[in-house]
Amino acid sequence: MRSAFNEELLKIAKADDRIYMVLADIGYGEIEPFAEAFPDRFYNCGVAEQNMTGVACGLAMEGKIAVTYSIANFPTLRCLEQIRNDVCYHDQNVKIVIIGGGLAYGSLGVSHHSTEDIAIMRSLPDCVVVCPADIPEARAATYAMIEHEGAFYYRCGYKQEPDLHQGKIDFELGKAIEVCDGSDVTLIGTGTVTYRAWQAAELLAGEGIKARVISMHTVKPIDREAIVAAARETGAIVTVEEHNICGGLGGAVAEVIAESGMGIGFKMIALPDEYVHIVGTHEWLLDYYGFSPEGIAGSVVELLA
Amino acid sequence: MVSEKLEMYQELATKIRAHCLRMTHRGMSGHLGSMLSMADMLAVLYTSILKVDPENPEWDERDRFVLSKGHGGAAVYAVLAEKGFFPMEWLNTYYLDDGKLSGHISHHVPGVEFSTGSLGHGLPVAVGMALAARNDGKQHRIFCLMSDGDCNEGSTWEALMFAAHHELDSLIVIVDYNRVQALGKMADVIEMEPFVPKLELFGWSVRSIDGHDCEQLEATLSEVPFEKGRPSWVLASTTKCKGVSWLEDTVGSHYGCVNDEELAAALAELGVSK
Repeated sequence: MRSAFNEELLKIAKADDRIYMVLADIGYGEIEPFAEAFPDRFYNCGVAEQNMTGVACGLAMEGKIAVTYSIANFPTLRCLEQIRNDVCYHDQNVKIVIIGGGLAYGSLGVSHHSTEDIAIMRSLPDCVVVCPADIPEARAATYAMIEHEGAFYYRCGYKQEPDLHQGKIDFELGKAIEVCDGSDVTLIGTGTVTYRAWQAAELLAGEGIKARVISMHTVKPIDREAIVAAARETGAIVTVEEHNICGGLGGAVAEVIAESGMGIGFKMIALPDEYVHIVGTHEWLLDYYGFSPEGIAGSVVELLA
Repeated sequence: MVSEKLEMYQELATKIRAHCLRMTHRGMSGHLGSMLSMADMLAVLYTSILKVDPENPEWDERDRFVLSKGHGGAAVYAVLAEKGFFPMEWLNTYYLDDGKLSGHISHHVPGVEFSTGSLGHGLPVAVGMALAARNDGKQHRIFCLMSDGDCNEGSTWEALMFAAHHELDSLIVIVDYNRVQALGKMADVIEMEPFVPKLELFGWSVRSIDGHDCEQLEATLSEVPFEKGRPSWVLASTTKCKGVSWLEDTVGSHYGCVNDEELAAALAELGVSK
């Protein structure tokens, strides 16, 4: 997915000379084409995320579109105050891109797990939060990110994730994409783990449970209509996210449901409120924490029981 | 320097100080010491150095002025009001309910480039502005006024390394070097000395001056960039709370404002009527 993002950004940058990449010494093997094509619009700040974000803000204040880019928590938590005070408060056109959301860098350990980012970033006024589910979404989201005026958080995967969608997708910021329809329950996912939610729906179909699957690629602004429709039409919602259970997609969906006044079955499949110190690959950790298709399907059955 | 010009600077600096005394007294707010130590440099900057237009604060060719020590924002509000960026009456609303002017400097005020308040934010943003200006072939300069506390922040050092590496000579830092921080004297908190060689080793072109000497301020700031291909750093030595004798060089003045009696005494010391 990261390669798809970089390919699209390069294409857009060829036609739009306002686009700058401002990095903090991360991106080996991916960012070189941009650096070679636009040496005057590519700045490696060294290992200095606060300066990276401040410089990006300063560029944006002069009319540029500045993309900060690094892995996991580095371009968010390390420089969160610069994102809040400088970028968001001044409503600047800075795009904060992380490679490897959630547990993507599993075995590297807690420092490289981006598992609180959605909650934190969505609490910043005027910051859009997008987590593409697959490569087609990632490509479309790159265009949407540049077209959007203002602060934007883009949570990218880092490898060759399987396609969730078949054929062309209709990607619009703040508008969820229905992967498949169903009438018994709705699985709402965000990011690459949504593919596992869809696999779970396939398993549930075998048990006679018709599950709707929605890719909520934009967590902020969230698609309230899709959530309310899912609540009304399927009577139960399960959120699936590779994120701490506090304040992420599940929290955002719960806020909408609670305000809608509809009492429905609801469950959040997320990481527990603890640091993931056990060691394992991305896939292994996801299975461990209940994100295997069987695990997700089991949670759904439990909710509906 | 002709004495008339010097008198003009001093007169404006006195007005800035008087405004700050009244504003902080009315709002019962803090940071008086940080405001008064930079009054002279603001007077010189806004009279003779910065290319800005009160009628058109967004003028594209203006020099950018970033106040990184946002807690001293009232002094900038005062000089902006004196220069006609907004009505003088706004100063009376500083720090008050539904006021026009917040305690830390705000870009919602005409003439203010950037909001700060947490230290270490100004320089990285100024660096980004300088980078954009150079790439666009623009001639304006970017001034960033910082405190010695600002220089404790890691982000400041990240930015100053970057600025030197990229030879951003349209960037000028002025440090209001009053050597008093929030919890004590700089020498007791984090000693920055020897500061000049430290900055020179980091690739900046540095001048050390008296930050209350308007003649020196004008002469020095008129010569930027000091060297082609290097960002300029003006280490302007000042006295915290300059102009209010009993509060000068005190840690307390970082937080303090004056009471009714002290206001009258301070204004009298400045030679200003209440």
